[in-house]
Amino acid sequence: MTQSLKVRVRGLKKSFGNKVVLNGIDLDLYTQESFVIMGGSGTGKSVLIKCILGLIEPDEGSIQVNGEEIVGLSYTHQQKALEKVGMLFQGGALFDSMVVWKNVAFALTHGHGMAPFEAKKIALEKLQAVNLDETAAYIYPAELSGGMQKRVALARAIAANPEVIFFDEPTTGLDPIVSGAINQLIIDSVRRIGASALTITHDIGSLRKIADRVGLLCEGKLIWTGTVKEMDTTDNPYVVQFIHGLPTGPFTTG
Amino acid sequence: MNFLRAIGRVFIAFILNTGRLGIFLVMSLSHIMRPPFYWRQLGAQFLHIGYFSLSVVGLTAIFTGMVLALQSHTSFARFNAEGAVATVVVLSMTRELGPVLAGLMVAGRIGASMAAEIGTMRVTEQIDALTTLSTNPFKYLVVPRLVAGVLMLPLLVIVADIIGVFGGYLVSIYKLGFNPANYLQQTSKYLESEDVISGLIKAAVFGFIIALMGCYHGYQSGRGAAGVGKATTNAVVSASILILFMNYALTSILFSK
Repeated sequence: MTQSLKVRVRGLKKSFGNKVVLNGIDLDLYTQESFVIMGGSGTGKSVLIKCILGLIEPDEGSIQVNGEEIVGLSYTHQQKALEKVGMLFQGGALFDSMVVWKNVAFALTHGHGMAPFEAKKIALEKLQAVNLDETAAYIYPAELSGGMQKRVALARAIAANPEVIFFDEPTTGLDPIVSGAINQLIIDSVRRIGASALTITHDIGSLRKIADRVGLLCEGKLIWTGTVKEMDTTDNPYVVQFIHGLPTGPFTTG
Repeated sequence: MNFLRAIGRVFIAFILNTGRLGIFLVMSLSHIMRPPFYWRQLGAQFLHIGYFSLSVVGLTAIFTGMVLALQSHTSFARFNAEGAVATVVVLSMTRELGPVLAGLMVAGRIGASMAAEIGTMRVTEQIDALTTLSTNPFKYLVVPRLVAGVLMLPLLVIVADIIGVFGGYLVSIYKLGFNPANYLQQTSKYLESEDVISGLIKAAVFGFIIALMGCYHGYQSGRGAAGVGKATTNAVVSASILILFMNYALTSILFSK
């Protein structure tokens, strides 16, 4: 299998005060691959994604997106390099002052300068792709359920047809049925636009559905990577404890 | 030693905050000059800061003008100078009370709402979302508020000046028994254009301070509801103190001759 790299991270380090959050992360995300990073709360999963997105400046290391180094670039150049990257935030991060279709069309109208009527057409198509009908397009995010908000956030993340999409705990706080639906939508949406996906989660059920490859983040490092099949057969004590939710093992419970 | 450590901590925090504010200010000013410009956002802020503050500024101005007429009449009656009431009302309103009171009222109303709105956007990751949607948060959130603050406050102060003078007129004519024609003549006789213009310059500076403090504290907001609450309080308190400080500084510059 010859695949090109969409994201390449080497030796990424980030500390907040004395607390070391990322301690030399190496990560590869290939074209059209779905890579899932699992890890406990507070292990730096979100910090890792925010470093790649240029939202947090890393202390050390290299991040390449589509072969272009983004660490050390000016804000404008960094945004240019990240133009083809989408993000689904944990809480949705929908703009509560705008109706749903304007949220979905935001990147097109504000980021890419598309005419509103054209952007609206695409927004309605994307909403349909995440199983939301046109009536939902004209209401405010606060009037939607948590699952519907996640769908809108997904539609917004894929609106500009990104080549790489990041998902920050996409099923957290949702019931199993809605989680299943969101997982399926993630798989369908990512496949439809041919994107690569990097997801962070501690929901093992979700991981099994959406992952091609899996990595385990612990003490600021990716200590294990492999396929889902390898995850089920590995004897790595960290992976075994994490996927089975064992109270005893190398992970300390806090 | 603990006492010295506490002083040191406060001093370092002050230096840190000043540095952060300085960087925020330079970034905001640099983005004002460069496209893209979000005109729709700017229009919304004109409406929010200008139009929706009219009632609160108008009410403050009319009562201030009325009290000013009453107080100056009581004081001037002691040395038979009641004729100066109209001049005192118009000069006080245009030079000082119009801009300062409008500034303080708008700081409470707009500064707080800016800090709360931007702070909530920070806490709910909406500001991060803007960046991932190819939109610079400074250009989209901060620049329209700063420009609208600078342009709207002078307009509000013009309205406050007119309503304040009208308040003084009402009390002077209907309560103190002044002759309307004489009162109006006294009002315009000693009023010079620089009195009004200096008030408008102050207003523009105060508008900038209010928007800057609202945006800065909202942008730097800490986590959770407590973080947003603290940002809101800090925005109003810092804007109010800076308005009073800058009022003195501007008065000493504009009226030093």
